[in-house]
Amino acid sequence: MNFNEWKDFKGGEWRHEINVRNFIQRNYTPYEGNDEFLANPTQRTKKLWDMVLDLYEKEKKSKGGVLDVDAETVSTISSHKAGYIDKDLEQIVGLQTDKPLKRAIMPNGGIRIVEKSCEAIDVKLSPEVEEIFKNYRRTHNDGVFAAYTPEIRAARSSHIITGLPDGYGRGRIIGDYRRIALYGIDALIEDKNEVMQSLEVPSIFTDTVRDREEVHDQIDALNELKEMAKAYGFDISRPAANAKEAIQWLYFGYLGSTKEQNGAAMSLGRTSTFLDIYIERDIKNGILTEEEAQELMDHFVMKLRLIRFLRTPEYNELFSGDPVWVTEGIGGMGVDGRTLVTKNSFRMLHTLVNLGPAPEPNMTVLWSTRLPDGFKKFCAKLSVQTSSIQYENDDLMREFWGDDYSIACCVSAMRTGKQMQFFGARCNLAKTLLYAINGGRDEITGKQVASRFEPIRSEYLDFDEVMEKFDNMMDWVARVYVNALNIIHFMHDKYAYEKLEMALHDQNILRTMACGIAGLSVVADSLSAIKYAKVKVIRDETGLAIDYKIEGDFPKYGNDDNRVDDIAINVVKRFIYKLRKQKTYRNSKPTLSILTITSNVVYGKKTGNTPDGRRSGEPFGPGANPLHGRDTNGALAVLNTIAKLPYTYAEDGISYTFSITPKTLGKDEESRVNNLTSLLDGYFAKRGHHINVNVFDRALLVDAMEHPEKYPQLTIRVSGYAVNFVKLTREQQLDVINRTIQESM
Amino acid sequence: MKDLIGKIHSIETFGTVDGPGVRFVIFMQGCHLKCKYCHNRDTWDTTEGTHMSVSELIEKIQKYEEYIKLSNGGVTVTGGEPLLQPKFLIALFTELKKLGFHTALDTSGMFPITPEIKQVLNLTDLVLLDIKHINDEKCKNLVGFSNKLELEFAKYLSDNNIPIWIRQVIIPGITDSEEDLLSLKSFIQSLKTVQKIELQPYHNMGVFKWDNLGFEYPLKNVPVATDKDIERAKRILGI
Repeated sequence: MNFNEWKDFKGGEWRHEINVRNFIQRNYTPYEGNDEFLANPTQRTKKLWDMVLDLYEKEKKSKGGVLDVDAETVSTISSHKAGYIDKDLEQIVGLQTDKPLKRAIMPNGGIRIVEKSCEAIDVKLSPEVEEIFKNYRRTHNDGVFAAYTPEIRAARSSHIITGLPDGYGRGRIIGDYRRIALYGIDALIEDKNEVMQSLEVPSIFTDTVRDREEVHDQIDALNELKEMAKAYGFDISRPAANAKEAIQWLYFGYLGSTKEQNGAAMSLGRTSTFLDIYIERDIKNGILTEEEAQELMDHFVMKLRLIRFLRTPEYNELFSGDPVWVTEGIGGMGVDGRTLVTKNSFRMLHTLVNLGPAPEPNMTVLWSTRLPDGFKKFCAKLSVQTSSIQYENDDLMREFWGDDYSIACCVSAMRTGKQMQFFGARCNLAKTLLYAINGGRDEITGKQVASRFEPIRSEYLDFDEVMEKFDNMMDWVARVYVNALNIIHFMHDKYAYEKLEMALHDQNILRTMACGIAGLSVVADSLSAIKYAKVKVIRDETGLAIDYKIEGDFPKYGNDDNRVDDIAINVVKRFIYKLRKQKTYRNSKPTLSILTITSNVVYGKKTGNTPDGRRSGEPFGPGANPLHGRDTNGALAVLNTIAKLPYTYAEDGISYTFSITPKTLGKDEESRVNNLTSLLDGYFAKRGHHINVNVFDRALLVDAMEHPEKYPQLTIRVSGYAVNFVKLTREQQLDVINRTIQESM
Repeated sequence: MKDLIGKIHSIETFGTVDGPGVRFVIFMQGCHLKCKYCHNRDTWDTTEGTHMSVSELIEKIQKYEEYIKLSNGGVTVTGGEPLLQPKFLIALFTELKKLGFHTALDTSGMFPITPEIKQVLNLTDLVLLDIKHINDEKCKNLVGFSNKLELEFAKYLSDNNIPIWIRQVIIPGITDSEEDLLSLKSFIQSLKTVQKIELQPYHNMGVFKWDNLGFEYPLKNVPVATDKDIERAKRILGI
């Protein structure tokens, strides 16, 4: 291939095949300096951002937090005409519908979900759409429920397995949007045509039929994207010729995906350093200034902050604050030892200053102990100022995924364009433990949910007996769980296939079955109490264990105490081994995450008293966090506990949310930045995987809860994503305020 | 020496306010003073506390070596009053110095300079010296002891080239009269090794500990120190 648009680029394998990583490696300029070069927002940026803030204000005041819905048009890549905030000011264009913050309907995921979402905000769904999807076209949701077994339905309604993507789009698939900028659509279609030819094999059976149909749809999607861009006056059939086009082309790809899919998490990928190559070239050629480069990034990010999906109240209860997870991985190191930090890594983060803090895009710094010092300090400074950054261990993930991986959702690493996952939400391990004690009966309803096992009948719990039964119950739950996921993803591929995102992948990719667990710290503490103290069972008249009395003290998870931390590791190991035994859809590789997002509150609500002394209904710790108040040796002891959980058992990520008051972090700005940097270096040197960093005072949050109008942009990080604090439910606000902040006196 | 047992109230693995960098902070159990504003009332009783040997503590501290050394931090002993357990401190600091850790001692300095205390100070890289009150009469009233010993202690540190961070709790109306702050200023000027002066705003977040233990809190009606109080004190002290 050769294009005029590639002038000044160094050649390599990337010219002969789709290979963005090779292009980056051959052409990028590592940056080891500090943040002094960064530019302030331009007048245009300020004006435009003020208009967006006004729209936000109107959106917040609208019913259900939804400004507007197009309930007539089924959203596709090219369904809506071009939309603008202010055409003259916008440097990067493109909206999901014809107006900003107007949401679209995507019934392929499920018509009832669209109905419910509309009902919740008093909008009438088009009768025609309703008729088509009820009578003539099956949806993902209907497909799943056609195939679910009674056992799966029971496990689902007793909340031992929850949050499954059977009623919403699975998301977590990241198109390699950079390909559009680098190659243009036509070259990508050409590549897919070649794939089609390679699928002309002698005998054509199920797998090949599916592959051929999928590639056919991918080519359709690419053509449709060209149409969408044309509506905005751009011809993206050819590669991008400059920085502005590169950002625009890449954004069109992302935008198209969000018009086609209402996915639970719609990550952007790893784009900043790629874009830096175009910016550097333009600056060198004297056609772009630093102010203009920053303006392009500011306008790009503004667009990402406008992405919206129509969702049900149930969905919002699980993942609150209207998240999209436009996750962008920033920084990291290359396998050749050069840093992947560029000036544009700084520019991307600097949007938090120019536009103020925000939950989206989900800024994810890929931290290495070898990152340039200037970048480390810059990130730490922004964390202290904005609480809008999460950090993940690049030194660890590079071992597994190389140096061009992206992060899906919160903590799921995948090699960009070469890997996807079947998102599996999570199963409630704390409840699984209770089922083990109760022989498969639910501790709240008393119903027999799991296969009938022999319950524990003794007055005091015996560790070995509990472990044996717990192990059996994990076998049961792993089987039901993976069966449910197999059905879900079969149907999702069939009825709501992500044709554009998948068009931006290689043909042969790694698929993972991304399972998850909730309640790890509750399980670890419960087993520790049973082992090191005495736990007496209190049963009701039907013999159901409904409460526990603990006699004596026991080691608690989160204090860097191996006696209990080893229990936690053992539980995670057992569970992933059980998942690995299951037969999975499309031979996907089972992986595990320890991540709850905000569902730790809902999970806790649905789980009875546990043997660690936690009361029925009380929230779990988010992700891999210890239960609130159980950690008594300070922040680093918690970090050490979490860092011990081996990533090999939980390749889909281990999330830890860390909140600290400014005063506890250090006496002045400089020491706060230094202490946070050391904390991150130390934690990641110990192979911790992920950390959310929040720096704020409790008083500030209390005030924000009472006077939300004063804090429109207050952003906090919760288990893997960031949210607008004022958009959380009151219950979740209280959870954040009361349960998670590290404070010393 | 490694088997020596200390009485420990608690530990904090991420201390950031008691000395430079990230500190492993050991709160020792037991204190002989009776500071009316004490925010760790639960550390007074010398018969309480968890028994921990030097080697147990060292093992714990080493788990945080990356964080501590990357930040040029160290280990701080505070309390309670750590110097009530000098033999333990000698053993602990000896081991820490062998392992290359920075050591800090947070004390009231209300001790005569005994050979044992000299030995502790020889192993101490930084003393956080909490001046209780520069005025002797007021000091007696506030903490139950004369300030003579602590001022001599400060002089000893200065004469022996041991770095000092002076700490003064600003209690409105009690420790912050202009006259007292000026005499504190001139006392500090007489010392050669003061690296930093830290004013600590009086707060009432420790009052519940008095209540929990069934004691009456003596400074009930004293207001907490505001930013303004601190700014004023800084101005008078010229820092």
